[in-house]
Amino acid sequence: MSDLTTREQIHPGTAPGEDIHLEIVGDGDFATADMKLSIGPAHPATHGVFRIVLELDGERVTGARPVIGYMHRGFEKLAEHRDYRQIKALVNRHDWLSGFSNELGVALAVERMMEFEVPERAQWIRMLLAEWNRILNHLMFTGSFAIELGAITPMFYAFREREDIQHLLESATGGRLHFTYNQVGGLKLDLPKGFLKQSAQLSALVRSRLPDYKDLVLGNDIFQARTKGVGPLPPDVGLSYGVSGPTLQATGIPEDSRVTEPYLKYGDIDVHVPVGENGDSFDRFACLLGRVEASLDIIDQIHDHMPAGPVNSKLPKMVKAPEGATYVRTENPLGQLGYWLESDGGRTPWRLKMRTPSFSNVQAIPYLLDGVLVPDAIAVLGSVFFVVGDIDR
Amino acid sequence: MMELVWSTATTFVGQSTSITTFDSYVVSVVVKIAFALGLFFVVPLIGGYLEHKVMGRMQARRGPVEAGPFGTLQLVADGIKFIQKEDVIPRSADKWVFAAAPGVALVPGMLIFLVLPFGPGVFALDLELGLFYALAISSVSVLGILMGGWASANKFSLIGGLRAGGQLIAYELPLILAAIAVAVQAGTLSLVGIVEAQATFMIPGTDVNLWYIVPQFLGFAIFFLAAMAELSRPPFDMPIADSELVFGYMTEYTGIKFAMFLLTEYGGMILMSALMVVLYLGGWQLLPGVPLPGCEGAGGLFDCDPFGTLLGVVVTMGKIMALVFIMVWARVSYPRLREDQLQRLAWLALVPLALLNLAVVGVAKVVF
Repeated sequence: MSDLTTREQIHPGTAPGEDIHLEIVGDGDFATADMKLSIGPAHPATHGVFRIVLELDGERVTGARPVIGYMHRGFEKLAEHRDYRQIKALVNRHDWLSGFSNELGVALAVERMMEFEVPERAQWIRMLLAEWNRILNHLMFTGSFAIELGAITPMFYAFREREDIQHLLESATGGRLHFTYNQVGGLKLDLPKGFLKQSAQLSALVRSRLPDYKDLVLGNDIFQARTKGVGPLPPDVGLSYGVSGPTLQATGIPEDSRVTEPYLKYGDIDVHVPVGENGDSFDRFACLLGRVEASLDIIDQIHDHMPAGPVNSKLPKMVKAPEGATYVRTENPLGQLGYWLESDGGRTPWRLKMRTPSFSNVQAIPYLLDGVLVPDAIAVLGSVFFVVGDIDR
Repeated sequence: MMELVWSTATTFVGQSTSITTFDSYVVSVVVKIAFALGLFFVVPLIGGYLEHKVMGRMQARRGPVEAGPFGTLQLVADGIKFIQKEDVIPRSADKWVFAAAPGVALVPGMLIFLVLPFGPGVFALDLELGLFYALAISSVSVLGILMGGWASANKFSLIGGLRAGGQLIAYELPLILAAIAVAVQAGTLSLVGIVEAQATFMIPGTDVNLWYIVPQFLGFAIFFLAAMAELSRPPFDMPIADSELVFGYMTEYTGIKFAMFLLTEYGGMILMSALMVVLYLGGWQLLPGVPLPGCEGAGGLFDCDPFGTLLGVVVTMGKIMALVFIMVWARVSYPRLREDQLQRLAWLALVPLALLNLAVVGVAKVVF
């Protein structure tokens, strides 16, 4: 069992960073003290308003305190005052890189409570778009992680592919970031003509370009020197912090709710879950790229399975979930997303609790940052994949 | 008319000494200063434009296209923009040191352009101690960077400045050791003399001319790596490290002061490339053993007519830009090293290899 840092030790009940008392060593002109360095809320490495207070001895980190909440937008409370059709426009904003997967979770929760049977075609289309959304998200992190290590080129390559994918999704949903394509009971519209053909072509194109990323980033000597053995996360520590997604899979645990608790039609197809060995930054990134490839495999299978038929079903004039509660977990791009939906039978939820992957992932950061150098701290921050809106909600 | 221009031009360039030397001392001084400054402000812009375009093409985009024909004036536009920006000095900064730092970093770069030969006779000065002068002056820039890092009163700047200090001290040594080996082989410290020595260096026992990059390839590789580290170019850009330290020692600088730091970097890229061209790549010689057309002096490299002079300048520029291209290529391909990995590379690999290179060259010089 590894040496766990408890939450009590990290946050002893004071304002962020105030509990750091710098000890002065020596006297006269040679007195030295550690340095307190506040990275963020606005800093290139935090891609969002995330703040982390580091305690530095030279360049070595002796303590790290993440400060979250700069971007709290109160989604859970807002959701209590929106009806079920409006909520989907709220939830695809907390993790803005996984809009489709978020709204999918809410739709699944409401449908489960209403015991609604969603048409087959709608389920397959939902899966198709969720996987494209996952690739969109992972390409973004491929670029941003590389840029945090000082390699600027992968970002441009990733955005070249992202642009094509966003174009494809826009043709179906009308949105590039906030799709609002799911509905309780199905989808807003059927796919446009030729979508599946374009999707198949794009899948082949992205697959043909994946070796570029592997050569340029994973195979790069300096990249390996910067990430191998940096910020290793033991599996038990990862589980105890509740990390999920590529961050957890890198530790060797093949947890993925598409496999362990299949929703939609994931039970009918093969889902490959890439895992790492050491749980270090390199493995986290390798898992991320592996998931892109796995998603492309899934997309190709979906193309073969896609049935004909309606994509939505007749809804009552006012969608009301019956009294009760349910918890839906889906494998979001960044990890496990859970919605706890509790209803008193009214037209709005009584409570919508979000369990977001980013929030749990950043909990492991103080553990990972203990004793590393400042450049490694950035390599760790970039590889524990999180979206700030998803932390603060 | 054309004949008159030609004969006038010939009297200027038809000499093995500098084309900027005139009978009048005062005129000579003014022309030399103007010459070095002109080069300093023009050549780095060409290098910068090359970087913009090459990076763009390598990264699936086009680079600058709007400012001037094919975007050539982008850096000029940037310069004008920088001049117009507000000059902010942080309240708690050490004001005089803060203000002086960009100048301290920039001026050494200008001074080195005095001795760099860009073609037959196209140089301001041919110092006997040219190489020594260039290396000595170039290490003054680090003072400016340290001053900037310290005086900014910003923790990111401080870390960046100290990283720069450590890095530049570590890489000065292999750089100088590699350059010494060239001086040993050439038997002179004069940069023009080294070019001449390369043009007349034959493989022992034959009459095949070779540039120093062949016998001293190890030295060239060391010099190239050390030069990139000395300039804080990626993958050795930890002093700037924008994703960690915001912008390192430049974080608090705005406007023209920031531009001066940037110009130092681009100027440094040119002058290090020019030094490499002189030390290892035969200066303005077209190919090993091929005299420039229109030149009569030693090795076919001196006493040129205007055409030969112009061709010599073009050849030098081509070689410089080829080296800049490789630096840009490295920047596009590699992430950044970590500070301790960089130090380990310098002290455990480059310094011993540079000493070995020097020893081998010294022994070979005595034997042959």
